[in-house]
Amino acid sequence: MVQPMEGHTVQRFDGELSNLHLMILEMGGLVLDQVNAALRALREKDIAAAHLVIRREPRIDAMEVNLDNEVVTVIARRCPVARDLRITTAISKAVTDLERVADEAARIAHLTISIYDSESSDPSSHLLRDTINMGKLSVVMLTDALDVFDTLNAEKAEMMIKNHGELDAEFQSSLRRLTTFLLEDARNIGHTVNIVLILKALERIGDHARNIAEYVIYLIKGEDVRHQQLENDDPASGSTDSDQ
Amino acid sequence: MQTIELSGDVMTEAENTQEFGAEKAGGTATVSRDVRQTVGDVTVNMPRMRCKQINVYYGDKQAIKDINLDIGRNEVVAMIGPSGCGKSTFLRCLNRMNDTIDGCRVTGEIMMDGEDINSNSIDVVPLRAQVGIVFQKPNPFPKSIYENIAFGPRIHGLAKDKAELDEIVETSLKRAGLWEEVKDRLDQPGTGLSGGQQQRLCIARTIAVNPEVILMDEPCSALDPIATAKIEELIDELRQEYSIAIVTHSMQQAARVSQRTAYFHLGDLIEVGETKQIFTNPRHQLTEDYITGRFG
Repeated sequence: MVQPMEGHTVQRFDGELSNLHLMILEMGGLVLDQVNAALRALREKDIAAAHLVIRREPRIDAMEVNLDNEVVTVIARRCPVARDLRITTAISKAVTDLERVADEAARIAHLTISIYDSESSDPSSHLLRDTINMGKLSVVMLTDALDVFDTLNAEKAEMMIKNHGELDAEFQSSLRRLTTFLLEDARNIGHTVNIVLILKALERIGDHARNIAEYVIYLIKGEDVRHQQLENDDPASGSTDSDQ
Repeated sequence: MQTIELSGDVMTEAENTQEFGAEKAGGTATVSRDVRQTVGDVTVNMPRMRCKQINVYYGDKQAIKDINLDIGRNEVVAMIGPSGCGKSTFLRCLNRMNDTIDGCRVTGEIMMDGEDINSNSIDVVPLRAQVGIVFQKPNPFPKSIYENIAFGPRIHGLAKDKAELDEIVETSLKRAGLWEEVKDRLDQPGTGLSGGQQQRLCIARTIAVNPEVILMDEPCSALDPIATAKIEELIDELRQEYSIAIVTHSMQQAARVSQRTAYFHLGDLIEVGETKQIFTNPRHQLTEDYITGRFG
């Protein structure tokens, strides 16, 4: 199969599109590292690691600006149409989602510092359990999103969107468990609020991953599947779709 | 030539043996390069002209094959495709300009006002007033600006007296966006104008004889970007009153000025669709390869 970014008579255009693709995958890799590092810092009470996540965030912001500049340059120089236009559009939109995922990772790092720097005792493993489960799910979703953007696999992207409800369902279950926990012992309220904010950040990471999968479907098929329920997508899954 | 309707998810007369998407590049366009039936809806409601099964031969060589295409009212149809694909040949069928070429033979039916323009009973002189044409290279007559415009109405008997003729000249030049630039020098030669002004003079000359359809064969290829922009603006205004069919090598121009786009390839009409759809999500792999610069 001919690669979607190749085959132009002007071969430099191939290079420019491939470069955009590589840049966003590189950015995606760093963003995934940030999420993993933030979750590890939370799990292992590693304040230094949380500070590192926060310090690295400007690097992601710079990549966003750089990628946006490159996209604008390609549009200005090449006037892309059809598939090329969809490639540049999808990359441009995915950049924004990835930057926001990095923001969520930094938010988790900040909350981690807040949780462990506070004068009260550390949160119980009970309280942290849901962040571990949801963390795993959101990391899988982000990894899959980057994979479908790398391989431009629309079928896998559709599968991802169908399975997106799992993370939303886990978020809802976690909220119910934390509510119960709070009812049993109101002294946990400080930690619980922080944990809820972390869970919300993880849920949003899942939403951004879903968005990226939608851009891949648009890129490959030219179909805009945002704000749609895909076939067999469970409408009762409790998806908030807050970032779509 | 068969037609595949994709707009309504209905594929009529498609050969079951054809394997769609077999050689698609990157999994985007849905119809593979090997399929030569027209993709998309070639018809429009209340067409100004309806072309059916048009074939053109230059001697033994067939230039275009079984082309079906409607020219709609108050719309700009852009015809794009690589050199030699037959787009200009098809355009010239629409006012029988191919009659002037020795050895050229046209078959098929081009219906306008209930008549086939290819029938022997049609007089080509009024036909070419009704369906005017603007060529690639501006070709003003070697006469004054005034006479360039007045010539057509005079021979077609469209003005009773000098006052009426003056009014036609002024109105035509105004519609072509040239009046303000030339109103004080109407007696000067048309050939003394700039390239862009000459092309607008030719458009004014076409308008002067009350056409219903205006054909344009690469009207901006000899013009600079500013003159091109003025012609494109003019095309958009003229669309309110006329049907326009334009052949262009500039895909950006097709995207800018037209409502529908037709892609020709080696004498076949490959795809027709709304311009927005053609330039964002073409259905045929050949269309996509051409407009994205992957052709060949």
